[in-house]
Amino acid sequence: MPRYLAGRVAQALLVLWAAYTVTFIILNVLPSDPITLQLSAGGADVSQLTPAQLHDLKAHYGLDDPIVVQYFHHLWRALHFDFGMSLTQNVSVGSLITDKLPSTIALTAVAIGVVLVLGLGIAFLATYVQWRPARVLLARLPAVGVSLPQFFVGLLLIQVFSFSLTWLPATGTHGWRSLVLPAITLGLPPSAMLAQLLTRSLNDTWREPYITTARAKGLSRWTIQVRHALRNASLPALTLLGVLVGYTVVNAVVVETVFSRNGIGQLAQQAVLGQDVPVVQAIVLIAAALFVVVNLLVDLLYSLLDPRVARAGRAA
Amino acid sequence: MSTEAAPLDGPVTPADTSPIVELAGLSVGYHQRGRTTLAVEEVDLAIAPGETVAVVGESGSGKTTTANAILGLLPSSGVITAGRIRIAGTDVTGAPDRVLRTFRGNVIGLVPQDPMVGLNPTMRIGGQIAEVVRRRGVDKRLVGAEVIEALERAGVDQPAVRARQYPNALSGGLRQRVLIAIAIAGHPRLIVADEPTSALDVTVQRRILDHLGGLVAETGASLLIITHDLGVAADRADRVVVMQRGRIVEQGEPAAILLRPREPYTRHLIAAAPALSHAGGVVPHFTDVTPAPEVLRLDGIGKDFRLPRTAGGERTFRALDDVTLSVRAGQTLGLVGESGSGKTTALRIAMGLEKPTQGRVHLDGVDITDAGWSQLRPLRRRFQLVHQNPYSSLDPRFTVAQTIAEPLVSFRVGDRASRAARVRELLDQVALPAAFADRKPAELSGGQRQRVAIARALALEPELVFLDEPVSALDVSVQEQILTLLLRLQADLGVGYLFISHDLAVVAQLAHHVAVLRGGRIVESGPAETILTAPAEEHTRELLGAVPGQRFAAELAAAPAAASHQTRQKGSGR
Repeated sequence: MPRYLAGRVAQALLVLWAAYTVTFIILNVLPSDPITLQLSAGGADVSQLTPAQLHDLKAHYGLDDPIVVQYFHHLWRALHFDFGMSLTQNVSVGSLITDKLPSTIALTAVAIGVVLVLGLGIAFLATYVQWRPARVLLARLPAVGVSLPQFFVGLLLIQVFSFSLTWLPATGTHGWRSLVLPAITLGLPPSAMLAQLLTRSLNDTWREPYITTARAKGLSRWTIQVRHALRNASLPALTLLGVLVGYTVVNAVVVETVFSRNGIGQLAQQAVLGQDVPVVQAIVLIAAALFVVVNLLVDLLYSLLDPRVARAGRAA
Repeated sequence: MSTEAAPLDGPVTPADTSPIVELAGLSVGYHQRGRTTLAVEEVDLAIAPGETVAVVGESGSGKTTTANAILGLLPSSGVITAGRIRIAGTDVTGAPDRVLRTFRGNVIGLVPQDPMVGLNPTMRIGGQIAEVVRRRGVDKRLVGAEVIEALERAGVDQPAVRARQYPNALSGGLRQRVLIAIAIAGHPRLIVADEPTSALDVTVQRRILDHLGGLVAETGASLLIITHDLGVAADRADRVVVMQRGRIVEQGEPAAILLRPREPYTRHLIAAAPALSHAGGVVPHFTDVTPAPEVLRLDGIGKDFRLPRTAGGERTFRALDDVTLSVRAGQTLGLVGESGSGKTTALRIAMGLEKPTQGRVHLDGVDITDAGWSQLRPLRRRFQLVHQNPYSSLDPRFTVAQTIAEPLVSFRVGDRASRAARVRELLDQVALPAAFADRKPAELSGGQRQRVAIARALALEPELVFLDEPVSALDVSVQEQILTLLLRLQADLGVGYLFISHDLAVVAQLAHHVAVLRGGRIVESGPAETILTAPAEEHTRELLGAVPGQRFAAELAAAPAAASHQTRQKGSGR
């Protein structure tokens, strides 16, 4: 197991490095004149600057070094969680991120909670309940959830719960009450996807011969569902869950805009529009890190749930 | 051990003389698209305490549906349309799952069909047995000990270690023993064994059935064996029930069924069981073997596999050790061995799919050991393969005609018209109607699929066909039809076979020469007659002894009446 773990962690680090390098190349090498681009993004009018001023500014942003030196310089600093200064706002990228990250983490964490509870719950009930109409209804429900666009769900929830019922605030970043509607909006489509996959997987598992063995033991449907079916059926769903977490983080941009929440999503949107390269780079790196960590967790969980995977992992 | 204390070990109370299970006029159907198709019709069957009953029939005879009805495990489309089911005196006909459940495990235990898929892969063996033990209300602290005891009684070695393992660490035979442990752990009064050993080697099959029989005798429980093999049924049961198309056609004591069968269908089943049709013995079909030139020769083949790294374990595994075999033109070499004996490795090396560590492979005198893929490809026209499992070896989206013509297309033989003609000719050779050309595999039975696979193998007119357990996934009577077909094709086309099997009774029907493989080494080889009638090695004798259907060998041999009255039911099979 430690060998397997070390291998997976090394892989994760490699992915992070690749993500950093690719964004660096895209943002710094590909545009025709990155210096002008970055300086004008900083609010300076390049045409009115004297060559000496230009030189000073370049030196200030570290743009006069050869690109390879810049790369290693940035990489070294990134390793120490130092992403430099924002070009549009006169603060460090680090402080911008630490400022906005908590609210986004809270939002995605609650949304993932919604995904787990709704996805698992609907799939569990859709395969457990024996009354046919309820079974059919529960099995069809996810299709509706998948087909609703996220911004529409958000606006609908605001309309009903904020404007009509005035139970919850429509906007803002303060307190748990402001978290409820955005988290549901963010969690609804992925939980429908999870429910869809898990329902099918559970139905397939119920047809496995070992379920017949379990039934022949005289176990109740509940025991069979919880102890035999769920664990085996959750294996394919786990892989999807890893993807869905990434999806949730990406969609935080949309949801934070709809609910005017002050978070990383909003920051990312502003940074891209303002061509604030250091901020974009830091956000990409954070998203990549999150993705890598979640997938690592999924793989570890997989080997924990399925002894066959753990063996294969050890043998490889 | 606490065997004496177990409730099922005291079957002497008066109430216990009444049947444990009683089916009266039972009819079971399956709902599909608004129609109900009957799978079981008017079945009357009672199983007394301590009795062993075997239900024999081919696929589609309703034997498994009957077993499922007893356990209340019919699929949701299954309905009881008439008759009653009584378990231990209680009428459970149409009872809800909640009621039926109370009988499962504790009154009726199940040993399911396929041990490879019958256990939950993500749960330890011990946990899976403990569930049944706990159903009896056993004190928490004693569950662990009872689990070990159940494993021990099912004949599992190192029960304490096994209990902590997951199913994937166990062989098929061991998994079947674990399933038996699960069945007996509930101390049931009846064990239903649904084709308990069809997926296993003959030797393992015999050991498992012996053990199950011993357990039943020891505990006084009843046993219901569901099987397609009359030989297995006759060897084990007090009473044999023959089913065909959902109905019981004949029942009685095994000796009576075998020696004085009344129904043509029963005679058909006797004729189909390899050992039964030869008065309970394994009789080679070819006794006079004429010399023929060698087509394929494996010379001193050795094969090592690298093992995954384990603490202090061996780094390599010797799958084959100094194996020499030869297949002669127009004749059959039967390669016999248990699973793990190296049969499949030998086949893969002979086909050039695997390179041997030592030794040479010759095809028609040409050394092909080091031939690469491109050098081997033209040779592939000359040897073809028929797989074990006809359910997975045909592409489900190809029609029969496309499947059979595929090798012709692949080797660019002929044009569209000549290929179509060849497909018709091949279908005729394997005795399938020409109309089958447009069907998909899903519309065919197992036997028909295997015929298609044979036709595909013959398309390029090979000199040699590799037959990898071609009948072990099929019903006994279908087995016999396929073997007859293979014999006829060999006589007509002069094709050589390398026939791989674990069953000497099947090999006896086809082979001119036999080689017995064990642990990667040839223990014995020679003409079929010598090996099968006068084996020199203990292992060969063990394999011969494991062939089912030998319980009444002496009586069958003394009364050749049954055999001579055999009326082969031409056209009744598939």
